[in-house]
Amino acid sequence: MAAETYPDELRYHSEHDWARIEGDEALLGITWFAQDSLGELVHFEPPDEGATITKDASYGEVESVKAVSELISPLSGEVIAVNQKVVEAPETVNEDPYGDGWLVRIRLSEPGEADSLLAAAAYKQLLDEQ
Amino acid sequence: MQTLLRTPLFDRHVALGARMVPFAGWEMPVQYEGVIPEHKAVRTDCGVFDVSHMGELEVEGPRAQALLQSLLSNDLERLEDGQAQYALLTNDSGGIVDDLIAYRLSPFRFLLIVNAANREGDFEWMREREIPGSDVRDVSDEYGLLAVQGPRALERLGLPEAPAFSFAEGELDGIACMINRTGYTGEQGVELMVAVEDAGDLWDRVVARGAKPAGLGARDTLRLEVCYPLHGNDIGPETDAISAGLGWVCALDKDFTGADELRQIKAEGPQRRLVAFVMLERAIPREGMAIDGGGEVTSGTHSPMLDRGIGLGYVPADSGAPGTELTIDVRGRPRRARVVKKPIYKPEEGP
Repeated sequence: MAAETYPDELRYHSEHDWARIEGDEALLGITWFAQDSLGELVHFEPPDEGATITKDASYGEVESVKAVSELISPLSGEVIAVNQKVVEAPETVNEDPYGDGWLVRIRLSEPGEADSLLAAAAYKQLLDEQ
Repeated sequence: MQTLLRTPLFDRHVALGARMVPFAGWEMPVQYEGVIPEHKAVRTDCGVFDVSHMGELEVEGPRAQALLQSLLSNDLERLEDGQAQYALLTNDSGGIVDDLIAYRLSPFRFLLIVNAANREGDFEWMREREIPGSDVRDVSDEYGLLAVQGPRALERLGLPEAPAFSFAEGELDGIACMINRTGYTGEQGVELMVAVEDAGDLWDRVVARGAKPAGLGARDTLRLEVCYPLHGNDIGPETDAISAGLGWVCALDKDFTGADELRQIKAEGPQRRLVAFVMLERAIPREGMAIDGGGEVTSGTHSPMLDRGIGLGYVPADSGAPGTELTIDVRGRPRRARVVKKPIYKPEEGP
């Protein structure tokens, strides 16, 4: 298990998802808090490559032994890659939620949406208030 | 809001960092370190579960056995002192009020260990049917219960081998307890019934001897791998023992409640069967999912030993043979599974 961290270079959604914005693309994943709450992941149900996903809407699911959790997209765009390593070994998300445990790469359709996401400090404050 | 009950080990679970959840009216540990490591510890070494939430009913009197034989599906005449058997408490239609283990303490005194959620219902059911010379008491609050399970459980506790479903008064490191060769994991092991005031000390001794604390999450994945039914999921008042594959605990030559109905279902053949299945595609079946052709998943999970989705469910009797392919509706996605022989996972040595 990874130690609890919330990297400064990421942007966060209040549903415990993160985005690593790289030009007009972004990697998406779930936060340390999300994977810790779920426990060891045993299934990732990804969207199809080429699918359009929408900010604040579900784009897939992750499951632990006991629970199913919808993935809420922090940004809108087209899925251009799915992390097959997580499909094959979902526990990768628990081991490295911000690195090898990324879930999908998207091409942004509304780059301006990023302005509404939280910086690490604001996301941590949200967790403290819960 | 209903106040949740706590077992005598509650503080120890919290100190170990367990995630506590409501279960059958109790606040219970669902996991400590994680379901998968706890599951694997039980399959490869030894784990300990707090199952003090389970109910204990005592039935005493010169006609205690007569009362029980009129209510329970199994043949109590096969029990001697120090032996236990799995049995069903049945209703008039052959449905399952509860599943339990009956322990013969003496010819005139029996102990029933019952599901936590059914403790009060079972007690009332039996009290209403008491006959002169039999007395039913709920003694659940007097006892704690620890299940110590795994291929190294006996070695770690320093206990000799003994037949499955036997029990005896004994002690562990000086703490008196009843040592039952029973369990819900498919592994060797014991369930230790202890005076409630000694439960904490016994837990500490068992953990010090190397048993890994395991929660209800692992208890569920372990029992599902070996296809032990869970009352409330796989069996219940609306399901009969024959369809559930529990005909082997029904002594149909006896006249217990619902025996006529069960004889009839057996003679005609059940319309549906509780089958075990393994997913052929990546997906985790869950309780309540529809099975194509008129079936339903009653328990589903991820099997830590097989590393794939597994489950139990009712299907029409003609599609219940091992090898039959099923399609399960996983939140709108059709996913293929195959019926397999029970158990889904076979431990190296039985309980």
